[in-house]
Amino acid sequence: MPDQNEWTEVISPKTSLLDLKLAELWKYRDLIVIFARRDIIASYKQTILGPLWFFIQPIITSLLFTVVFGNIAGISTEGINSFLFFLASQICWSYFSSSLNGNANIFVNNSGIFGKVYFPRLAAPIATTLSNFFRLIIQLALFLSIYLYFYLVKKDISIQPNIHLLLVPYLLLLMTFLGLGLGIIVSSLTTKYRDFSNLMVFGVSLLMYASAVIYPVSFLNEKYQYYIRFNPITAVMESFRYAFFGQGIYNSYDLIYSTVFSVVVFFAGLVVFNRIEKNFMDTV
Amino acid sequence: MAETAIKVENISKLYKLGYVGSGTFRDDVRYYFDKLRGKKSEAELIAETNDREIKGNSEYVWALKDINFEVKRGEIWGVIGKNGAGKSTLLKILSKITSPTEGSVKYKGRIASLLEVGTGFHGELTGRENIYLNGAVLGMTKAEIKSKFDEIVDFAGVERYVDTPVKRYSSGMTVRLGFAVAAHLEPEILIVDEVLAVGDAEFQKKAIGKMQDISSGGGRTVLFVSHNMASVRKLCKKALLLRNGKIAMTDEVERVVDSYLSSEAKQIFKQEWEQKNAPGNDFVKVKKVEVRAANNHALENFDVKTPLEISIEFYNNYAVSDKVYTSLHFCSQEGLCLFDIGSEIKSIKNGLMKSTLHIPANFLNDGSYYINFNILDANGPKLLFSLPECLAFDITDARQDDLSYFAKWQGVIRPTFLSFTTEQINAAN
Repeated sequence: MPDQNEWTEVISPKTSLLDLKLAELWKYRDLIVIFARRDIIASYKQTILGPLWFFIQPIITSLLFTVVFGNIAGISTEGINSFLFFLASQICWSYFSSSLNGNANIFVNNSGIFGKVYFPRLAAPIATTLSNFFRLIIQLALFLSIYLYFYLVKKDISIQPNIHLLLVPYLLLLMTFLGLGLGIIVSSLTTKYRDFSNLMVFGVSLLMYASAVIYPVSFLNEKYQYYIRFNPITAVMESFRYAFFGQGIYNSYDLIYSTVFSVVVFFAGLVVFNRIEKNFMDTV
Repeated sequence: MAETAIKVENISKLYKLGYVGSGTFRDDVRYYFDKLRGKKSEAELIAETNDREIKGNSEYVWALKDINFEVKRGEIWGVIGKNGAGKSTLLKILSKITSPTEGSVKYKGRIASLLEVGTGFHGELTGRENIYLNGAVLGMTKAEIKSKFDEIVDFAGVERYVDTPVKRYSSGMTVRLGFAVAAHLEPEILIVDEVLAVGDAEFQKKAIGKMQDISSGGGRTVLFVSHNMASVRKLCKKALLLRNGKIAMTDEVERVVDSYLSSEAKQIFKQEWEQKNAPGNDFVKVKKVEVRAANNHALENFDVKTPLEISIEFYNNYAVSDKVYTSLHFCSQEGLCLFDIGSEIKSIKNGLMKSTLHIPANFLNDGSYYINFNILDANGPKLLFSLPECLAFDITDARQDDLSYFAKWQGVIRPTFLSFTTEQINAAN
């Protein structure tokens, strides 16, 4: 007979802020994958075009951007084919924004499940991020094929792939940290104060205009260039395009700033989330 | 002695009443500030006990206060109490959905809680996909679900529809599928809410059967929260009664259920009305309903040995028919109708009527009962008026003569007038 003092589990009001229960999370890895699969599958169930929507959305958006921002507003894309420029920006940005939006409502959207059964709550935002990452990979494949077509077949000289391509996975990691971290901070606050979900409705689309998504940093005058660098997303967007096209402003210091910012946001998010998850059912 | 599976120590849970608004932010800041300095927060000091019937002054209430109990491995416990007594809060703490304000819960073994059937079902996904989703939400791994997949589909009886989206299922099918997944969980500790309250009678029977298998089979510990006293009695050996967020009683299930039923349910022995505010309609008006001891026992303390007289007096203004009669439903507190009896139909005229039912001694078992009266026209028949739950009373079991058996006597009724004999047919050498 095992010792009476060996409890499998103890529930008490106080736990350490940094106790993320990663071992438990690992046990629930199947759940994370199933959640992510659900998000992806459910989004194209009962549609005719099915998974094709993953391609249609960035292409249409980029075409629209090309017409509105490129042709009508005449924003310079540093000599890069403006469709390619917007496609690259749009794919990178929508990965961040859909992670942020998806995670910002994680508690409220899942309160039905969270209120009825326990599993490590972190599984939900991780699954959301994972499904967004899956979409990103598909869209990146689309981008790469169009990109290679322009580079190899059309011999577009404005495309200058360079060593910074190696940074792309790192840039995507930063976007993951930012999207997930900011998302769960907002979602934790939303459980009690719904003010934040009102903010998110228009906040994310406004943020796009302040993140060098639809224009290169070089397009701005010096004063605005100074301010926009405080936005950690700017350096990621700019470096992402620089890696593929060899145009734009690549600055290691900006990237270090973005890195520090993302890491801080990410861990702050985890701590806040961990703090809220235990009692959010009482306030949500 | 069996080892402890669940140990609950001094659990308390504080809730704030009212809305979250601009004032809450300031309160939150103050709360954390108090906590930081290591003192009891103001909220905890002013909080009141959880009693819906008393209008308190404080914004804060203790939904649960100082809950202590210990469940041994293999035991099945029922948790009962009125609405708002703290059952759901206790359940949520035990299932880790919310954390206690004070105290701790300790478990030994894998725990699963079933507060709802089909948690996480997604309408757009197929039955197959939902089995995996629901199973994973409840804590099973993909491999476990895969190995039990056929059994689950079989139990639910949804083989034909397994690749159809769940939103096309009937509600009964959805519930069956959800329960089938849950029934194939193999935790050492299972916490179940009133999930059995859904579904038809046949399904409930199947579900209760499955729960009994679960606990008797593998020495599994079950905590069962329910309003349905009949299923608590059937399923559990022990029970815990919550009242206003505190433990009122823990004991053998029969004693706790009886105590709950008699303390929480009001007894009504007699009701009488003036003609102007009497319940009724143009056809009939009720004057009086009463239950009393037929042996002129003045006490309103009925024993199983007390013969009873249950009567209704009413004014009959229904000239259309002369065949007016009364039917009486004799129901247990749990909602089970013991019998439905109609008074004999005689030719009657308008005026004051009285129907009386005589119940002999040693017929009913001990318990809490209530009475519904219906007044009908035998031509039709047509319901003229019904007066539900107009009388309620307890029947106790004094048992002075026989002290050899203390537990509650089994059965809904306890008729001693039946003939049941044992005789020697052939003596053994």
